[in-house]
Amino acid sequence: MHRLLFEKVGNGIYLSHLDLMRVFQRAFLRAGVSLKHSSGFSPRAYVSVALPLSVGVESVCELLDYELANDAPVPGDLAQRLNATMPEGIRVLEVYESDRKIRDLGLLRAQLTLEYDGGVPENAISSIEALLNGESVIVPKHTKRGEVETDILPMISEWSVSQTDVNTISVNVLVAAQEPSLNPLLLITAIERYQPECAPDFAICRRVEVYDRGGAVFR
Amino acid sequence: MTDKLHRILPTVQKPARYIGGEYRQVIKEKKDVNIRVAFCFPDTYEIGMSNLGLRILYGVLNRIPDVWCERVFMPWGDMADAMQENDIPLYALESKDPVKDFDLVSFSIGYEMSYLNILNMMLLSGIAPLAKDRGGLDEIVFAGGVCAYNPEPLADFFDFFVLGEGEDVIIELMDIYRTAKQEQWQKDRFLKEVSKIEGVYVPSFYEHIYGEDGALCEIRALCGAPKTVKKRIVQSFDDSFFPVDGIVPSTEIVHDRANLEVFRGCIRGCRFCQAGYCYRPVRPRNADTLLRQAQQVLADSGNQEITLASLSTSDYKQLEQLALPLIDFCEPRMVNVSLPSLRADNFSRELMMKVQKVRKSGLTFAPEAGTQRLRDAINKNVTEAEILETCATAFSGGWNNVKLYFMLGLPTETDEDVLGIAELTYKIIQVWKDNATNKKRGLTINLATAFFVPKPFTPFQWEAQITPEEYTRRVRLLKEQLHSRCVDYRYHGAELSFLEAVLARGDRRLAPVLLEAVKNGARLDSWNEYFRPEIWQKAFETCGVDPAWYAQRAYGKDEVLPWDTLSIGVNKAFFWRERERAYRGETTPSCREQCSGCGADKLLEGGVCDA
Repeated sequence: MHRLLFEKVGNGIYLSHLDLMRVFQRAFLRAGVSLKHSSGFSPRAYVSVALPLSVGVESVCELLDYELANDAPVPGDLAQRLNATMPEGIRVLEVYESDRKIRDLGLLRAQLTLEYDGGVPENAISSIEALLNGESVIVPKHTKRGEVETDILPMISEWSVSQTDVNTISVNVLVAAQEPSLNPLLLITAIERYQPECAPDFAICRRVEVYDRGGAVFR
Repeated sequence: MTDKLHRILPTVQKPARYIGGEYRQVIKEKKDVNIRVAFCFPDTYEIGMSNLGLRILYGVLNRIPDVWCERVFMPWGDMADAMQENDIPLYALESKDPVKDFDLVSFSIGYEMSYLNILNMMLLSGIAPLAKDRGGLDEIVFAGGVCAYNPEPLADFFDFFVLGEGEDVIIELMDIYRTAKQEQWQKDRFLKEVSKIEGVYVPSFYEHIYGEDGALCEIRALCGAPKTVKKRIVQSFDDSFFPVDGIVPSTEIVHDRANLEVFRGCIRGCRFCQAGYCYRPVRPRNADTLLRQAQQVLADSGNQEITLASLSTSDYKQLEQLALPLIDFCEPRMVNVSLPSLRADNFSRELMMKVQKVRKSGLTFAPEAGTQRLRDAINKNVTEAEILETCATAFSGGWNNVKLYFMLGLPTETDEDVLGIAELTYKIIQVWKDNATNKKRGLTINLATAFFVPKPFTPFQWEAQITPEEYTRRVRLLKEQLHSRCVDYRYHGAELSFLEAVLARGDRRLAPVLLEAVKNGARLDSWNEYFRPEIWQKAFETCGVDPAWYAQRAYGKDEVLPWDTLSIGVNKAFFWRERERAYRGETTPSCREQCSGCGADKLLEGGVCDA
């Protein structure tokens, strides 16, 4: 399986999943590499991104699988060729072969940055820690059946909270990535619901690493 | 800490429209730049980035070493509101610098219903909308595009307009501005100098005088300004600039494909069509040039679709020499060739069958009128037999979707013409029954009617538009006849087309109405989600202006028209002759069959059209 690792940062975070697919399809063509296409009425290129990000979320560990037309070999300088014509914020970090199935990707680590314009409230860290140490944290979660009130604590396997400067708190979490999956930003929703006095003015979410269910880095 | 802009971006729809950063955007070092141009398009990113004119002028300007041209679009309502709430002024996508800080601000205006977006964009930028309130050389706002042919409703807001094709004029303008900036000219002197450029119209140099009956009776040229301003054209279209390395949007736009501009102008002369006259004379690009450009633009953009753009692609003399090699090039690369504006002739039918191999595109006809009599009156050169024959070929080739475009309210239209639309539709259904290879999939006919809008510089520029009530009656009359389940009938809203007619033939007395409507929150009028006709209605009342006087009045043959100062190179006498032929039901042959002496050939240095 041809796979590549890429980052989606800066203004690249505002591209939707569909935009990103289009960006990659065109970047491959600009790189002079033909993707394999489906047959049928409206042929589509074989490219797929694992666990699509929400618009506005950063990541340095995105994975894209692709197939080349006529089973052509992958050019050695594919990463450079793709990066030569990428829009701002999208950059290929590594091009490689993998035999690992995306369904084995079970965990992901995210870093949340909570911004407080008037300074971090007193006791904010301890309040957030108390929330995560509690019995349950129930927030409305988007599922196939619509919005469902869900306890998110069982989906968080590790966490740490620290103050970065007078205005920001950093929350590092390891969460379930697939079946079930947890959008780390729901933690902000939880803070808003349970500890409204600690709700940040703005929050940034960055996906930093993906793992298999055993906790080994997934590639 | 995240700045205000990046805090609001995650909260608005499609934020990718507001960030720039696409492949092939142009970034320059500010220290190397003398003139910064904010090129504004008064509609959304998706519409603006589909505009070929914008892409050409962006390329022409940025090729000048000391000029940096950046893009500005109208934000969608949620973004505009969020920007205002957070005191974020409108900015250009490349540098994110506020529009107000640019040397020159220009607008490309192609549609009357975007006028309020212009004013909204000026206000979002913190630019005074009235030209007389902007004193400095660094506050110049100018415009070009099709709407510049009757710019009078906008005359108070712009310092000058550029008529016609901008590729050459824009360079001449930059040369004058560079000197003006270096020598610190007053704005007056700058305007005087640019008014000497052919194709530049400075509205403040003309006084419009109205008679007691309310009609315009005289246009007086002041300050030694030319009596008429004639549009500019590119003399050598074949080697004029074409952007083969243009911006590739990262997000989906309306026309998300590579473009080839096959030729400018049109040989047809449909009497309602402003573009058909305004882009004259006909100037083709060589098939070899186009093939080279196609290969370059596809390699550079990575697009998987390429379209042959022109007003009537079937009329391109080298179509076979272009289309066949182009299809051969594109097919193995999975690139779809799209051929809009094909006529229903034999070769076009063959071509249509050939291009469907990659992706099957729709079949589209614009007969515009339901009967041959009315099609003759509007000089729309397509017969029922041609349409039905093309449909038969297409249906037997597996097509099962047809789009049909008509207009209601055309001059001389009767109920019989309206009913003729339904009859033609049923004949197409019958042809499908007789020819379809796969009947199980069924047939879909997307039928749309627009409301005729009389436009300046057409033979119908003097015509009255029918009232919205009468238009609605004709829509109902047609609708009652369409009972087949395979027909999906859509029609343009009456109020929007009525306003379009008011603005298209409007004069300077509409400026206060525009300001009033913007003050009361009107914007994005061409989008159903935002169009609020009641705001306009109230603005007309507040300003004591009767919109019907502009839209529903037949203008007199000898009446001074607001756009009489301007010339597209086609004579007014020719338009009147064409109008009379329309009323006699006489067609005019295409320019290729016989020159009808419109006058546009005089725009060419050699004086000979390549029709």
